[in-house]
Amino acid sequence: MQGGVVNGGSESGSMSTVLREDNMVVSSEDSSCPDEYELELGLGLSLGGGGSKMHQVSKCGQYARILTAQDFPPSSPSPSSSSSSSSFSLTRANITAGTKRTADSVAAANGSSQVVGWPPIRAYRMNSLVNQAKASVTEGFNLSMENRKEETLMVENSTTGSYHNSGNTKLGKFLFVKVNMDGIPIGRKVDLNAHESYEKLAKTLEEMFLETTPSVNSAGSMALQRDMKNKMARPSKLLNGSSDFVLAYEDKEGDWMLVGDVPWEMFSSSVKRLRIMRKSEATGLAPTSQERNQRQRRKAI
Amino acid sequence: MQKKMMYSFPDDVLEHVFSFIQSDKDRNAVSAVCKLWYEIERWCRRKVFIGNCYAVSPRVVIKRFPEVRSIELKGKPHFADFNLVPDGWGGYVLPWIVEMAGAYPCLEEIRLKRMVVTDESLELIAKSFKNFKVLVLFSCEGFSTDGLAAIAAGCKNLRELDLRESEVDDLSGHWLTHFPETCTSLVSLNISCLGSDEVSFSALERLVGRCPNLKSLRLNRAVTLDKIANILRRAPQLVDFGTGNYASELPPDVLLNLAGAFSSCKELKSLSGFWDVVPAYLPALYSVCSRLTSLNLSYATIQNPEIIKLVSRCPSLQRLLVLDYIEDSGLEALASSCKDLQELRVFPSDPFGGEPHVSLTEQGLVTVSLGCPKLQSILYFCHRMTNAALVTIAQSCPNLTRFRLCIIEPKTADYLTLEPLDVGFGAIVEHCKDLRRLSLSGLLTDRVFEYIGTYAKKLEMLSVAFAGDSDLGLHHVLFGCESLRKLEIRDCPFGDKALLANAAKLETMRSLWMSSCTVSFGACKLLGQKMPRLNVEVIDETEPPDSRPESCPVEKFYIYRSVSGPRFDKPPFVWTMDEEGKIMH
Repeated sequence: MQGGVVNGGSESGSMSTVLREDNMVVSSEDSSCPDEYELELGLGLSLGGGGSKMHQVSKCGQYARILTAQDFPPSSPSPSSSSSSSSFSLTRANITAGTKRTADSVAAANGSSQVVGWPPIRAYRMNSLVNQAKASVTEGFNLSMENRKEETLMVENSTTGSYHNSGNTKLGKFLFVKVNMDGIPIGRKVDLNAHESYEKLAKTLEEMFLETTPSVNSAGSMALQRDMKNKMARPSKLLNGSSDFVLAYEDKEGDWMLVGDVPWEMFSSSVKRLRIMRKSEATGLAPTSQERNQRQRRKAI
Repeated sequence: MQKKMMYSFPDDVLEHVFSFIQSDKDRNAVSAVCKLWYEIERWCRRKVFIGNCYAVSPRVVIKRFPEVRSIELKGKPHFADFNLVPDGWGGYVLPWIVEMAGAYPCLEEIRLKRMVVTDESLELIAKSFKNFKVLVLFSCEGFSTDGLAAIAAGCKNLRELDLRESEVDDLSGHWLTHFPETCTSLVSLNISCLGSDEVSFSALERLVGRCPNLKSLRLNRAVTLDKIANILRRAPQLVDFGTGNYASELPPDVLLNLAGAFSSCKELKSLSGFWDVVPAYLPALYSVCSRLTSLNLSYATIQNPEIIKLVSRCPSLQRLLVLDYIEDSGLEALASSCKDLQELRVFPSDPFGGEPHVSLTEQGLVTVSLGCPKLQSILYFCHRMTNAALVTIAQSCPNLTRFRLCIIEPKTADYLTLEPLDVGFGAIVEHCKDLRRLSLSGLLTDRVFEYIGTYAKKLEMLSVAFAGDSDLGLHHVLFGCESLRKLEIRDCPFGDKALLANAAKLETMRSLWMSSCTVSFGACKLLGQKMPRLNVEVIDETEPPDSRPESCPVEKFYIYRSVSGPRFDKPPFVWTMDEEGKIMH
């Protein structure tokens, strides 16, 4: 969200007097200083940088899709038998910044003016408020929060008298879950409520994790930085070939399953966190429905 | 003659004198007197506070202060609390622990805020410091209960373990069993942030029972109400107690037992916790209310009249944290009952609701300010405000040191006059001469910054959002606020001019955060070039900032002073502007 309107109009004479009297720290007679950075606060001017923020189309136009449960036929437990090597290479339609996208998507989805990080309440407090609302539903207490919520609270997800830390942060309009990708030490967070479908989620994750940034002047960069960048770049090269990544999630009961099998709402209310894992490591991961059946059978015993 | 007398003091006399000087500011002043004093002081400094872990490298700290026993470090910028700083930004404590493990074998205390702490770091702490006593992890992340188990098992003299508001991977409650039976030294244990359902309750009970000096105990939500009485009976010396869950189906005799347990704690002065409160169980607290100086009900979803009933019984209250369920009527009761009130925080129960659903307005805060002149610290979330109210508050509470107002809808004007709230906040800075921290909200023009620059001479931290008209606003602050250390700004029309004109000011501050403003990439580059003692870090998650024209605004940047140059643990989306005008990655 950009800030308010930049005042490019008139400024009073007294203001410019004050400004000129200021102690200019950075010398304006430095010859290496380009003209556009006038360091004197002079007469009212339109401020630099007010031009439109340009989002250039990323230099990399092609990258592979992350596989989800839908790519694997439900009968076969082993994903490696699927012939999903056909699902590659989509060109990206539009590019927006990671966090900005979250804010924009939320705003678009809700038609409201909600911004990231406003009002300024710590995530810790948000978690507590929301999880209390869930627990209180089962207790039968009347809270304003449950009146406000449009989505149905999944009653079976909270047990009476005890507290489940679902691991995700449901902030009314936001639902942040952690995402980790194999081989990348740094995890990210993604707002599930900003994506109403698996396709949108996968797209965001691809942008976050598989996008190659054009190489930067790396003079002076340390090995660690180079290594991390290589790790970021490596997956997309591999994906052009034979190796794939799959998207899996951990649910409230601690089981890991492939994403994409159940209706989105059911998924988003039971997901604790996400993981983009190598296809080779994903053997043994069943699509959700199958895992559920197995669990039922185990419980019945 | 005089000089000779001064140098005739033996060093250990000077050292003894210095040992009475505890504050960092004074210590720094002492060390600047002369070379001799510098030397003596640095050998006997035991406590170091580093407000920005990237301002100095651990080696430099160790070199100057070889005998440190206690260290405090802060990592991420404050706006990280509100998801404005992307994951992986930094703030890793491991490099510090590694260096200190070798250099400070006698280290006793580590306090961290907003840092990334790994299990590896915790294990290293447990292994390296034989006399380790205090671990405070405030709003930290990156570790699990496995790391806590290592601390419990390894630190034989542990006095304080405080995990307040940290994000812990709670694998199981069994880590508590790792406290050996010989551990009797605990004074403070705060596990309120732990999320799992399992708490090894018997281990907890035994631990509490064998630590006779335990003064502060904050439980987590998994501990149910029926268990609290047992805990309290084992620790009647408690001064500060955080309940777990306060909801349960309690038979009447258990409730009576609970009331009895509370009343047996004659020293109890501070209460917190209260998740999922069932109002019927609140009377169990009544016996301690008259002694209470601090009450945190900010997770308790109780409403009036329960809140009023509770608060009216606490005449000694100095600190209250509460949800907006208290409403104006509850604040009125507070104002008449709690004349010693120093700190008030009112949080919104429904921050995204849009329309207010509780009757909490500016009037509540006015009433409290009129009734409680000792107020020093206010944090207030509400939906509407007037200049008149702010002026009244300012005049009634001249001792305010911290004033944070959050009007939930950005750019909300005075709802009676429809004017900006410049005059109101101006009154705050004018009347509250000791104001150290200020957070603004509502509709604000450059005028408010003129007031701040003119009056807020003691202001150390300023948070600004959706305010101002032009660079002049930013200039007023940077030019006028002599004591400014931390400035954080989001979504304001501030650009290059004020920043570049006041570049030297930035070296006198700890840090500056700006996001969604109109500062250009070129200005950041220039700052990085001209100010070698500043680290100018641009945060951009899409692409390198130099792939766009230099006049383009940067989305986020963070500037801080440092004696140790650019950092080397940056994630891919952070770029440092270096001295050659290049961007470093």
